[in-house]
Amino acid sequence: MARTINSGRTRDGWLFVAPAFVLLAVFLAFPVLMALWVSVSDWRGVGSPFSGDVGFVGAENYSNILTGGSLQQRDFGTAMRNNVYYVLFVVPIQTALALALAVLVHHRALKGRGFFRTAFYFPSVTSAVAITVLWLFLFNSSGAVNAALGWVGIDGPNWFGDARGIFHTALGAVGVDAPAALTEHRMLGISWWEWLAGPSFAMSAFILLAVFTTSGTFMLLFIAALNNIGEEVDEAGMVDGAGAWQRFWHLTLPMLRPTVFTVLTLGLIGTWQVFDQIYTGTQGGPAKTTLTPAYLSFQASFNSQRWGEGAAIAFILFAIIVLLTLFQRWALREKS
Amino acid sequence: MKTTHRAVPGIALALATSLALAACGGGSGFEDSGDSGDSSSEGGGALKVLIGSSGDAETKAVQDAVAAWSEESGTEASVQAATDLPQELSQGFTSNNPPDVFYVSTDTLAGFAANGSLLAYGDQLSNADDFYPTLVDAFTVDDQFYCAPKDFSTLGLVINTRLWKEAGLTDADVPTTWDELETVAGTLTRGDVVGLTFGPEYQRVGSFFPQAGGAMVSEDGTEATVDSPANLEALEFVQGMMRDGVAAYSSDLGAGWGGEAFGKELAAMTIEGNWIAGAMENDFPKVDYTVAELPEGPAGKGTLAFTNCWGIAEQSDNQEDAISLVEALTSADQQLAFADAFGVIPSVQSAAQEYADGRPTFQPFVDGAEYAQNPPSQEGAADVISDFNAQLEGLQDGDPEAILQSVQQSMQAVVGQ
Repeated sequence: MARTINSGRTRDGWLFVAPAFVLLAVFLAFPVLMALWVSVSDWRGVGSPFSGDVGFVGAENYSNILTGGSLQQRDFGTAMRNNVYYVLFVVPIQTALALALAVLVHHRALKGRGFFRTAFYFPSVTSAVAITVLWLFLFNSSGAVNAALGWVGIDGPNWFGDARGIFHTALGAVGVDAPAALTEHRMLGISWWEWLAGPSFAMSAFILLAVFTTSGTFMLLFIAALNNIGEEVDEAGMVDGAGAWQRFWHLTLPMLRPTVFTVLTLGLIGTWQVFDQIYTGTQGGPAKTTLTPAYLSFQASFNSQRWGEGAAIAFILFAIIVLLTLFQRWALREKS
Repeated sequence: MKTTHRAVPGIALALATSLALAACGGGSGFEDSGDSGDSSSEGGGALKVLIGSSGDAETKAVQDAVAAWSEESGTEASVQAATDLPQELSQGFTSNNPPDVFYVSTDTLAGFAANGSLLAYGDQLSNADDFYPTLVDAFTVDDQFYCAPKDFSTLGLVINTRLWKEAGLTDADVPTTWDELETVAGTLTRGDVVGLTFGPEYQRVGSFFPQAGGAMVSEDGTEATVDSPANLEALEFVQGMMRDGVAAYSSDLGAGWGGEAFGKELAAMTIEGNWIAGAMENDFPKVDYTVAELPEGPAGKGTLAFTNCWGIAEQSDNQEDAISLVEALTSADQQLAFADAFGVIPSVQSAAQEYADGRPTFQPFVDGAEYAQNPPSQEGAADVISDFNAQLEGLQDGDPEAILQSVQQSMQAVVGQ
């Protein structure tokens, strides 16, 4: 008897998870496997990738992107450079800002906390496309940002039209010009000097955009975590004679470690996949300085009919994100 | 696991979509009677037409034209305007369910031709001989005339009449040589106004190449000729004007394209195509302008031609009707109607006279068709051009020779395939 009941339970269990399982398989696992197959095939975007006349080409699509000094490799190198700077700037800034905002609006002494929480969170709920369009206006060469810079005597750049890297511009201002040692050697098809360009002014505007829109979301996570830390911890610190800064640095922050990990991970994933702002805003320009691997993947597939390379870029991006997340987990581990 | 699926961007979603579409188009259900063959013998199904429209005027004109054909032929046809044409076309092809008739641009032609998406029907058209030879060339890949040119545009020199007069210039001063162009650009550069503007791209700057006797690829399309002395001369001339401050990229003036900079009177002259007429009428109705042919360079006249064609899908169930629809859409009368509706130039020579008679201002654009050069359209050339454009943005402070050499390398890789 008991066995019958149990086996019935198992069957029912399977029955209940089946819909979710089928949905996941059809809309998640299958497309991922399909993309994986496309990345090692010579499929040209006509008919099914599983039809008989699509051949296996091994790692050819990957090697086209990663080696050989071809235009594809240079484009990928440029996209990687752009995105590395995007990640390097956005992730730390948005995390720090989110934490700072959370601490501020968490403070009980603050009047109208609800108002500030809503205000800071607001950019996060606005559509990315709408905000991007707003940004294009704000950062126009004769837009509000440059007008504001004009008040303090700064002649602002033509943001979304300016392809100069900010590091190059800064170095140029102090008289440093491309040293031969850096221009001669290349990685992923572009020279070391190009790698050191820094984000272009156009990309810098996107960096500010990302910080502006995502800090609010992460602020919520930090507020939730702060609420979980009992007041007695803070009070105990006070009794021990710790100042406000010491209490934050030695008590609050260590207790926020899991949240910091979450925020960094989410930030890392989001920034490596930046696509919609680029698609609506600049389509990779000026001078390819806002090209990102995600956008390049789209472009290679849909506009150039090089589906294999497009899929390969997606998987390289996937590998990068996984590796970085693992690294981050290791770096933020409990060191006791 | 969560990271896994987040990490595969757009493309996974796109493939999921195409999978879903494939499931619908694959023939197991719904009203689609599955793969081609049987349905075409019954006179074929309804035709789907997908266009990349410049606006409501164009969409409506095409809808009307297709509806008229539909009534006459008795075959149903519907028109849809795409928001992102190459993307929507690609989705159609991957799912075996593409539109029957659609716009194809010269830069996407080679890619679609190479993967077998396009029907090479050009020679089956009754009016095939009427198209301008340059345009037929533009849509010929490997000696196969793929699709009928829809219309075309060439570049001309657009001049702001008011600024021209204020600078003390007369009709006799309209530049016909590079030297004259440089001189009038200098005269017109006053205050905040720059003499000449154009977009930072090969599609504008490249018009100087044929004037100097250069081209991106050799005549037979087998060799890249980007770093030729003629192209270098042209690029140095453009760079010189920019360094002297008498010419500037529209982007440096804070405008999205030459027409916008021109309409806002940030510049007195621009190099643009006939599509500027629509923008001027809608956005800058108060600005008067005239059009002249581009000035001659050391090797004579030169301009660039841009065109789209009516592509027909190889996978279409109803190719016969599709060809008949395209014949109707490219007839001289229909093209003149399109010209009225949204300012394009007819692609057939038999309509040239009537077109120019009705629009004396546009005569220079039509004249350009005789000597216009096509941008390179080899498979992969579009990527090279966009790389070229990226480098051209830095032309003012850049080294023209280095730019041409690097583009030469990528272009050779494309044509040498």
